[in-house]
Amino acid sequence: MLADNLRGMFYIALKDLRAYYFKAPNISWGILFPFAFVLAFAIRNPGETRDLVPGLLGLTILFATSSMEAIVIVFERRIGSLERLMLAPISLPALLGGKMLGGIAFGLTVTSVVLAVALAVFGVAGVNWLLLILALLLSASAFSAMGAFVSVAVREVFEAQTLANFIRFPMMFLGGVFVPLVAMPPSLQMVARLLPLTYTVEALRAAFSGGTWAVALVDLAALAVFTVILFALAVRVLARRSG
Amino acid sequence: MNDIIQANGLTKIYPADKDRTPLRAVDGIDFAVHQGEVFGFLGPNGAGKTTTIRMLTGLVRPTSGSARILDFDLLKDATCIKKHIGVVPEASNLYDELTAIDNLVFSMQLYGVPRQERKARAEVLLERFRLSEKRDTLFAKLSRGMKRALTIAAALAHRPPLVFLDEPTTGLDVMSARSLRQMIAGLRDEGVTIFLTTHYLEEAERLCDRIGIIVKGRIVALDTVDGLKASAQEKAVVEVTLADSDGLQEKKRFECDDGVEAAVMRALAESNGRRVLAVNTLRPNLEDVFVQLTGLNAEVMLAEKGGKGGGNVGG
Repeated sequence: MLADNLRGMFYIALKDLRAYYFKAPNISWGILFPFAFVLAFAIRNPGETRDLVPGLLGLTILFATSSMEAIVIVFERRIGSLERLMLAPISLPALLGGKMLGGIAFGLTVTSVVLAVALAVFGVAGVNWLLLILALLLSASAFSAMGAFVSVAVREVFEAQTLANFIRFPMMFLGGVFVPLVAMPPSLQMVARLLPLTYTVEALRAAFSGGTWAVALVDLAALAVFTVILFALAVRVLARRSG
Repeated sequence: MNDIIQANGLTKIYPADKDRTPLRAVDGIDFAVHQGEVFGFLGPNGAGKTTTIRMLTGLVRPTSGSARILDFDLLKDATCIKKHIGVVPEASNLYDELTAIDNLVFSMQLYGVPRQERKARAEVLLERFRLSEKRDTLFAKLSRGMKRALTIAAALAHRPPLVFLDEPTTGLDVMSARSLRQMIAGLRDEGVTIFLTTHYLEEAERLCDRIGIIVKGRIVALDTVDGLKASAQEKAVVEVTLADSDGLQEKKRFECDDGVEAAVMRALAESNGRRVLAVNTLRPNLEDVFVQLTGLNAEVMLAEKGGKGGGNVGG
């Protein structure tokens, strides 16, 4: 049973990557969109560009992981092909796990391109590689679970896009990408603590500036908790919807 | 005879939501499907056919009742059941973005067909369903008939001993529908058990060994085709060909409980002065049985389904 589930997850992810993710518009959107935002900010505030790298990576992994993920499941449900997966001899968590895995793989691929450019420009000195990898992996998992939850929670593709943006855009401005958390009013800081992107940016900042593991571990744990909660919610909603 | 499916008191009640009151879609049905047979499941729209298939294939959980499929308990071993069945839903639902062969290979990957067998098995299925020339064509670019054939091929990719076919020929042109029927007959000859729902009564009559008729969630008849016809034989049916003064011909059917002579007398009485060109006594067909049991006629059922499509059974 476990072998069936793992195999199913792997092939669902592979199929999604081929069928939906690795298309030119997705790749260009995943890379250009965060670059455009960061470039605009950098032009307005020259001299702080290196500080923007964690935010740039955070935005990239947020959008690259969740954009297609939030659409794929609802799209497949609309055209009936999700039913094929539900008829396969795998559990519902494995099905959603496969969907998440596709989002994670795509998010990490696109982010690694952006990361390579950032490292080429700013150098690799002082980077905590283990923390960087863990932060990217757990962030991709959390955002992919968020995308899966959005996708099972709605009935139409346009609703998925609307809901995903409703969640992501406030997160983009409150998650410490452009404005550090400490510079925000206390009430907004509390809101920011409810957003996974906040922990992504904090952990990435620690990875790039030699921050302490103690703080970073809290961030990593928070991302893991977001992943588990959002994934469990997605499984529950899908199970209820499928009768 | 082994029973591949045994359903006991299977019931599905969809709870009320903002748009509807609670719906008892399937209401305590009992039936068995024997190994190697084509079992037809007929009924008008909303009768409970698709809900029954969705329960038997593990897509929805029954509200009450039980079923054993391939000796597995439906409620406890749904995943094991899924491993051994093939399902062709009413709408062809493979992936538009994958080619014909990639769709088949993906099906095999999901069901654990060994890697070294996948390509060869896919080629065999493409050949069998006359799709070899389309092996590298995207599913989105296939004709409707080809999509249907490929969807059936994908359901057979892991060699299931039991296949559920939900309206396999609906919406197909005559040739595609005929070709698919031949494929279904071929599957039966190979020993595959088939659970078939269809709106086309002639199709069911031609393909099925036994037929269950479901109306409003309940099975109202279940027998062999001949058995069902025999149950309808109590009524005499005559078909009269009438012609008016302009030579315009019309065929009319008359049923009568009092025998053939009474039916002919009734036909003559209702001829309205037109000439009687021919009188034929008819054996009841499945349509007659269906009309008796459901109060609907085949045309109403086809109209519900959006036209005749593949209904012209030609082989």
